[in-house]
Amino acid sequence: MVKKRSIWPYLLVAPAVLVILCVVFVPVINAILMSFQSYDLRRPKDIGFTGLANYIEALGDAKFQSAFFKTIIWVVAGVGFQFLFGFMLALLLNKSFKGRGVVRAVSMIPWVTPGVLIGLMWSWIYDGNRGVLNDILMKLHLINDKIPFLAQDGTAFPGVIVTIIWQGIPFFALMLLAALQGVSTDMYEAADIDGAVGWQKLFYITIPSIKNTIFVTALLRVIWVANSVDVIFNMTEGRFGTLTMSVYVYQKGNALDLGYASAMAIIMALCLLVVAIPYLRSNFREEG
Amino acid sequence: MKKQTGIKRIFTLYLPLIIIMLFILFPFYWTFVTSVKPEEELYGAVVTYWPSHITFEAYRKLFTTTVDFLTAMKNSLIVAVSTTIVSLTVSTLAAYAFSRYRFAGRKFLMCVFLCNNMFPTVLLLIPLYSIMRSLGLLYSHTSLVLSYTTFTIPFSVWLLLGFLNDLPMSLEEAALIDGCNRGNAFIKIILPILGPCLVATGVYIFMQSWNEYTFAMMFTNAETRTIPVALKNLIGQLGVQWDLLTAGGIITIIPVCIMFFFAQKRLVEGLTAGAVKG
Repeated sequence: MVKKRSIWPYLLVAPAVLVILCVVFVPVINAILMSFQSYDLRRPKDIGFTGLANYIEALGDAKFQSAFFKTIIWVVAGVGFQFLFGFMLALLLNKSFKGRGVVRAVSMIPWVTPGVLIGLMWSWIYDGNRGVLNDILMKLHLINDKIPFLAQDGTAFPGVIVTIIWQGIPFFALMLLAALQGVSTDMYEAADIDGAVGWQKLFYITIPSIKNTIFVTALLRVIWVANSVDVIFNMTEGRFGTLTMSVYVYQKGNALDLGYASAMAIIMALCLLVVAIPYLRSNFREEG
Repeated sequence: MKKQTGIKRIFTLYLPLIIIMLFILFPFYWTFVTSVKPEEELYGAVVTYWPSHITFEAYRKLFTTTVDFLTAMKNSLIVAVSTTIVSLTVSTLAAYAFSRYRFAGRKFLMCVFLCNNMFPTVLLLIPLYSIMRSLGLLYSHTSLVLSYTTFTIPFSVWLLLGFLNDLPMSLEEAALIDGCNRGNAFIKIILPILGPCLVATGVYIFMQSWNEYTFAMMFTNAETRTIPVALKNLIGQLGVQWDLLTAGGIITIIPVCIMFFFAQKRLVEGLTAGAVKG
């Protein structure tokens, strides 16, 4: 069945490759070229080659530097808690109880909800006047005055991070649950005989058995969360200390300063590439 | 395994499960309650957790007033269905090639597919905007279908590859020996078995295109805008109209939720096959 030297596989792959070439690789090259130019559509006369000027400007831009560190917090806190809660949910769903199928299906709904809607739903919960979170906290006597969660510096960033955590729990739970179901029960039985307690089984059997899935899922999430624009953009538009790199690039792009935006996007892509290299390497090894 | 006692089960299973599920479901509950509250109650001084009486006024306004939500739904449907057809066809062909052939450049091409998702969307957004503009495709459905097809290909290929690798080659070999050519073997043997998996992958593609906002925001205008853009536009016309917004939100997620519930079992199998085995 495995034939060599046939034209067929190339013909079959061609349409997909063609689309990717047009929609990804051409734009990437385009972006690289634009990043070396002063390319501001509001000032079309000034468009021209400026060398590394955009990159130098970006590295010296205080807003960009702060966005870089914000992105690290955003990704580490976001993906970290997504993993923690997702893993907890997966462990719970791996036990047998009545209605497990329904609970599993329902718990996935955040994953199928549009990012815009997620942003808007949570903005309404956080609302400073009629928001339900303020109401609950006041009824519990935890606060005395209403807090405009998304409209002040200290609370806006944690607010959007909670939202991205909420969005990402289902995907983690889904992947980890499937991995858990593949762990053989023999090992747990052997551990029971040896008198292992719950946390020992968790750290010495469960986690080592599913570490590949944890790694791949976390990496996918890191890339998605770092790239995510819609949640933050629809909650705070990047104000009140919530400006991450992708949101900043999006803002500059919307403002038609395409050269500068491209340079920042390329710096960001390079940062992500550094994170993704181990993943790509493991994929190559497995194939080879 | 030892049988757990009742109280232990409450603390190790039901209680944490209820807390996590409350966190996950509360925003949806709150969105729904907001959408059916009478306006005076919604903007009254007291926050109520269940409306005094249920009204579907917001849903009526969404379709009858200036918001033009129906056009947005139509646009979203056109874009999502077209993307699903194009992306599913292209991905199935590619996945079949990766699964059934070993050819020079296979590894490289698979890597190209994987890398596809690494590029920040914002990096592609800007040049694509100017490319679409010069091609005259800006503000057309085609621009969105093209973009979404590209972004759904890697994951769809990954899903389908998992499904295909699970199908034994002997199925087609038998057909080939019986004098079927490869194309016929694919159509008559593989496609029918693959049917449910194609549906699951299709649902994934549909969901992605139905929900996407960042590209839709830049590539559409008032006539061609999709639901997520229309939702966002409800803000700012007359301040934030939370009743309309939440009603629009509920209508947006109902179709994808229904599709997801039907396809979820296969989708979960496919999603995890790659990661778990890989």
